[in-house]
Amino acid sequence: MTQSLSGEQVANRVREVLPNAVVKADGIDLYLRSEAMLDVCRFLKEAPDMEMDYLTSITGVDYMDYLEVVYHLTSIARNHSVVVKTKLYDRAAPELPSVISLWQGAEFQEREVYDFFGIIFTGHPDLRRILMWDGYANFPLRKDYLGLNYGQRPALVE
Amino acid sequence: MLKTEPYVLNMGPQHPSTHGVFRMELLLDGETVVDMRPIMGYLHRGIEKLSEERSYTQCIPFTDRMDYLSSMTGNLSLCLAIEKLAGIEVSERAKYLRVIMAELQRIASHLFGVGTFIDDCGASGTPFLYMLREREKLIDLFEMASGARLTYSYIRPGGVMRDVPDEFWPAVRRFVAEMPRYIDEYEQLLTGNEILRARTIGVGILPREQAINASASGPVLRGSGVKWDLRKADPYCVYDRFDFDIPTGKQGDAFDRYFVRVQEMRQSVRILEQAIRDIPSGDPLPKVALFFHPPAGDAYGRSETPRGELGFYLVSDGSIAPYRFKIRSPSFINITALCDMVVGWRIADAVAITGSIDIVMGEVDR
Repeated sequence: MTQSLSGEQVANRVREVLPNAVVKADGIDLYLRSEAMLDVCRFLKEAPDMEMDYLTSITGVDYMDYLEVVYHLTSIARNHSVVVKTKLYDRAAPELPSVISLWQGAEFQEREVYDFFGIIFTGHPDLRRILMWDGYANFPLRKDYLGLNYGQRPALVE
Repeated sequence: MLKTEPYVLNMGPQHPSTHGVFRMELLLDGETVVDMRPIMGYLHRGIEKLSEERSYTQCIPFTDRMDYLSSMTGNLSLCLAIEKLAGIEVSERAKYLRVIMAELQRIASHLFGVGTFIDDCGASGTPFLYMLREREKLIDLFEMASGARLTYSYIRPGGVMRDVPDEFWPAVRRFVAEMPRYIDEYEQLLTGNEILRARTIGVGILPREQAINASASGPVLRGSGVKWDLRKADPYCVYDRFDFDIPTGKQGDAFDRYFVRVQEMRQSVRILEQAIRDIPSGDPLPKVALFFHPPAGDAYGRSETPRGELGFYLVSDGSIAPYRFKIRSPSFINITALCDMVVGWRIADAVAITGSIDIVMGEVDR
């Protein structure tokens, strides 16, 4: 069974090395300052008791007030996982350091997050749109971009 | 000395060996691939956005249309994520039925994956049709269970759509009894085949470290020698009750990925034998309403599909529809390392390497 490390547990380890990186930690999630993302990820990958060698997924969520980027990290060597999140408040030009230098698997996933949310990953060698076409003007998974139902949720049958 | 210059070849989107509408921009020096740029998105339907405007149950048919060669495991992954998010319990019989369907689907998908791969390597038609012969029996089984032949939507949050009919059991027992003999037949035809071995052994090597670093999953990761299968590493449903092995490759070449798939079919048969023997009686139908409100929060649910780790990251705001619906699709991430695998090989090898990854464009583009 893959053990899900709690946010607090990982935060305590991170604070030892990078005291200013952690914003908030609870039983599940670990919130980090966006500038410290790359340093924390490097620590999580290289620390012998973490060994997060596998980047399961990177994704974005638009919470209107801020954009959130969620990293699911897994250690194949130790069979445990952690969820790391960061908030970006600048909707016009959200920026985050790329983790591609640590995990090649970030290449397409960061391009996808850029394509859908407009988050710029600094240090990514080839940050282009990936599923939408070049020259497309919008970031379709942001909440201010309306879908076919104009943001209408399905009618609730109680 | 003849003056030469590099040549750009567009392979796809309409090309039989790109398994759908995948485009590779190959930079060639003679016949040797110098660089490759993958271009995708031709089949992008915006499933993640569409799902935000639909209730959780209404999202299930989308998963049929992502990886259309393995709809059951797509349904299963999404239902596991929804159940984790909403805290829904599943009955024992439904868990066993899910395992049976997922393993039948794995065999069906690997038959198709191996068949098209052999097709790409130049053995046009014959082995592929042998494999479709068995896949047809599986599709008949799925039709008995769900009524559909390709888009099942059979697995639902909290259970399955309906119990399987009585005629399903003799048919699936016959299939499980016959299948090892058919796998022997493929192996006789292919595994020792000198042409296949010459075309695939040592071709398109993905080293173990890079496979992990590039987030590869499924037979691509295991072909590189990493013993990582979510059915063992993070068991869901009732996989921890069955006795089976995880086949792995040695050096991570195209042949190893082929061989892992063939061995996985044998292991699936083993799981099926045990699941059919042990399945308890009871009611497999969901005990939740068609529309439900998961508490606000997020959850990541995943399962091992024939192509790798298919995960769903769902965010709920307490309403009837997901606030965010993220699909972590294995085909999409498995082609991250494709560029490094094809560089240095000939065009014909690039076709074989792409075939050995076994991508489904419905899942890549979503």
